[in-house]
This record gives sequence, structure tokens and C-alpha cells, in this order.
Amino acid sequence: MSVLSTTADKDLQWKDAITTESSLVRRLLIGAAALHLTLFLLIPLGAIFAEALKHGVGAYFDSFANEDALAAIRLTLLVAAIAVPLNALFGVAAAWAIAKFDFVGKQVLISLIDMPLAVSPVISGLIYVLLFGAQGWLGPWLAEHDIKVIFALPGIVLATIFVTVPFVARELIPLMQAQGREEEEAALTLGASGWQMFARVTLPNIKWSLLYGVILCNARAMGEFGAVSVVSGHIRGLTNTMPLHIEILYNEYNAVAAFSVASLLTLLALVTLIAKTLIEQKAASHHQRKSGQS
Amino acid sequence: MRLILKQPSILPGFGLTLGFTVFYLSLIVLIPLSGLFIKTSALSWGQFWEMITTSRAIASYQLTFGASLIGALINGLFGSIIAWVLVRYRFPGRAFIDALVDLPFALPTAVAGITLAAIYASNGWLGRYLDLFGIKVAFTPLGVLVALTFIGLPFVVRTVQPVLQDLDKEVEEAATTLGANRWQTFLAVIVPELWPALLTGIAMAFARAVGEYGSVIFIAGNMPLKSEITPLLIMTKLEQYDYTGATALGVVMLVVSFVLALAINLLQWWSSARHMNQ
Repeated sequence: MSVLSTTADKDLQWKDAITTESSLVRRLLIGAAALHLTLFLLIPLGAIFAEALKHGVGAYFDSFANEDALAAIRLTLLVAAIAVPLNALFGVAAAWAIAKFDFVGKQVLISLIDMPLAVSPVISGLIYVLLFGAQGWLGPWLAEHDIKVIFALPGIVLATIFVTVPFVARELIPLMQAQGREEEEAALTLGASGWQMFARVTLPNIKWSLLYGVILCNARAMGEFGAVSVVSGHIRGLTNTMPLHIEILYNEYNAVAAFSVASLLTLLALVTLIAKTLIEQKAASHHQRKSGQS
Repeated sequence: MRLILKQPSILPGFGLTLGFTVFYLSLIVLIPLSGLFIKTSALSWGQFWEMITTSRAIASYQLTFGASLIGALINGLFGSIIAWVLVRYRFPGRAFIDALVDLPFALPTAVAGITLAAIYASNGWLGRYLDLFGIKVAFTPLGVLVALTFIGLPFVVRTVQPVLQDLDKEVEEAATTLGANRWQTFLAVIVPELWPALLTGIAMAFARAVGEYGSVIFIAGNMPLKSEITPLLIMTKLEQYDYTGATALGVVMLVVSFVLALAINLLQWWSSARHMNQ
């Protein structure tokens, strides 16, 4: 056994040796990658926390201890709490229809789901201003009934939903397509109802991708700037989300406060990246277990 | 002859889920987006053309598309190197770097914007050294390029990486046994395989950069005719209640985005068709 494995190792080394580069080229490539990532990722990441903590921990926490900052945090949480569940529900429904059935126009539907990713955030906001703004089509009717959409919560929620529509669906569609429909069909044949099949077969199969889709959707919802900036009107304490609050603080040369609030959103981004790594590992081991069984 | 719109299936919920999907997309995406075109159709062709070809608009296109293209090409080069290093080499910190590559995708654009502006300002971590050589990044078109390079990084890495992973090493071995040196093997065997994925990644980075707003406006300086990107010009017009002007420029951006999305779809189709053939 040991003899076999050493020959196999030697074989592997020989193969690796002829399909890899000289150590100089290897070092140069790793060096180039490291330099680019340091300049564009590590230094910015470090700078956020360094700027936030420039005047110490006290100043850092003071940045959150005022009504404007708290209102911005509350609004951001509220917007995400409305937009994310709706897009999660949409993502599951869209993925079910697209992945489990064959119908005409499927490709068009997938392109339509991806469309918000192609649209500039400024335009994502603009389209709602054209619909609901004072000069928009529904503007006069809304004004008559005293309903505020633009420069108010509904507009911010709509723009956020638009920007984050694709995230859950995009995570689920390829996975559910790869999983096929045999397991669900078996459940139905064995007498399960539609909801039982969904809860006991489909949901356990997609839970990790669904979770990551929700986490990613949430990070984008809380961090959206351009689209929300167009529809919010920047009313302090009322329609300022965290990214908009950061902009105001930064433009007032209050860098420490701006970076303190930014550091919260950065932590959210880092949690998202960690979740992605963990869930990918989980999905890979799940996949191995499944293929091991069959 | 009956047209078959849907293959029969015993699975439930098709009508419910497809109905909800189409309803939701119409309400959130389709109707609002078509509003943009309807609003512009009130203009005559001449008026529309005049609005989208002012010298300020043209300067903004040049900056937006120029900086996006250069940024996408920089990402094409370094993104390929990063993908190569991540797939082919083992070194300490590899898993950490692999996870970190997605940071520009997860980090809010406003956070990226103020951070890049702070780093490249003349008293910033990098700006102070660049200042010694007389290079100004913050508040110049170069700043726009830096921001657009930052946000495009994940696209090339994440499209090239899986193709590299699936690449069959035996072909490379065969090339080597037949007498090719490493560089020849790379050019004649590896590059043709990577090419479609690399182009897709560059196109995605370009498309993302063209519409980018948040990470650019803090570092750009936003001088009309000099360092003003098209999305910012739209924003400025909106703030002046010039909805028609903003909409006309929005239509230009939207048409460009659709063309790019179509090109990316074709590239992906080409890429996966080649993949299947093996």
C-alpha cells in the first residue's frame, strides 16, 4: 500500500512538474496578484476601520449616539425588513417555475429577472420618480389622496426591491435545475401533498443556497446608494438610510462619523463573505454525501 | 396543430408560481422601465438627439465609457492572474484571498467611494506617495478609473476561475510531451480555452462600471466636461427638475446596458457551447 502511494505521489509530482511554471514565474504571478489585491482590497478595508477609529473608541461610538444616525439605522433596517422577504418569496416562486417546468419563454423570463443588474442605480431610482413623482403619471392622483411615495418610505422600499430582485432567484435557479424533479415526483407518488413535498423535500435541498441568497440580498438592500439617493430626497431623520447618512457626514467633513457608520456596513459585507465561504463548503460536502449515497 | 406552451408535469404549483413571478416582475421591473421609453417618446427625434449630444453629455460619455473600458481591461489582466494563482498554486492565505475577492460586490458603493477618496487624497495612505511623483488621483479622471477598477474586480476572477478549475491537465501534459515549452503550451492550449470566459468577465466588468455611481462620485471631483460621469449628469439634471433631460440620458444608458447584457449572454452561450463540446 505504502509503495503504491509513493509511486502515485511521484507520478503526481512528475505530472505537476511539467504542467507548472518555473518557481520564478510562479513567484512573480503570486506577487502581482498579491500587489493588486493589497492595493485594491486590503488597503481600502484597513482604511475604513483606521479612519473610523482615528480619534479613539469613544469618538467611534459617539458617531452612533445621535438621533440622525439612529434614525438612519432604523430606516435601513425597516427597508431591508420589507424588501428582503418579498424578494425571497419571489426568488423561491420564480426558481420553482423556471427550474421544475419546461415552458415557452423561459429564457426571456430569466433575462428579465437579471435586468436590474444591468441597469445603472441612478436609472433604477429615476424610473420610480417618473411614475410616482410630483410630475409623474401617478403624481397628481397621489397628491390628491395625500399619499407620498417619492421622498418617502414607499419610494425607498420600491427602489431597493428593484435593485435586489435578482439575488435570491439567481442563487436558486441553477441549483434547482441541477437537482432535477425526481425527488419531488417521488414524494408526490408516495402521497405527499404539494406543501408537504415543498416543506420536506424541496426546502431541505435548497436551504443553504436560499440562506446565502437572503444574506446577499440583505447586504445589497442595506447598502444600496444610487437608486435610493434618487428617490429619498435626503430628509434628515426621515428619509436618510445609512449610505445616505454616510454621504452627508462625509460632505460635511465629518470623516470619523462617516467612516464609523461605514464600518457597520463593512462588517455586514464581511459577514456576507464569510457566510458565502461557509455555505459553499457546506454545499460541497452535502453534494459529496449525496453522490456517495447513490 | 396545437402549440405546446408547457410540457406536462405532475408537479404542482406551476400556475401559481409563474403567475406570481410574472406579476411581480411586471410591477417592479417591466412597467417602471417602460415608463422611461414612454416619457422619451413625447420628444421629437431632433429634440432627443439635441439633448443627448450636448458637449457636456458627450464629455461624460467619453469619460464613462473610456474609464470603464480601461478599468475592465486592467481587471482582465489582473483578474486572470488572480484566478490562475488561486486555482493553480497553493500558498498560505489562499482561502482568505479567495473569499476576499468578492468584497467589491458585497461592500456598499458609498463606503467604497469615501474610502477610495480618503486613500488617494493628497494626505491619504497612497495619495501622499503618488503626490511625490506629481500624480493626482483623487478628484481627477484617474480617480474615476481607480473606482471603476475596484468595483469590476470580482467579475473576471469569478468567470475565469471555474473554467481554469475544469481545465483538463492531460491536454497540457500531452503538449509538453510533444515538445512544447510552458509558454507555448500556455498560448496554444490554455489561452484558447480561457478566451470566451475572459471576454465574458471583461464585458461584465465593463457593463457594471458603465452604470456605476456611488463609488465614483466621491473620488471623481465631478467637474462638468472634465470628471463628470453620465450617471452623475442624470442626477444633476434630476436635482434641477429637468426630468426630460434626465430621461433622455437615461434612455441612452439603458440602451447601452441592454446591448451589453445581450452581448454578455451571447458570450456566455459561446463559452458554454465550447465547454459542452469537449
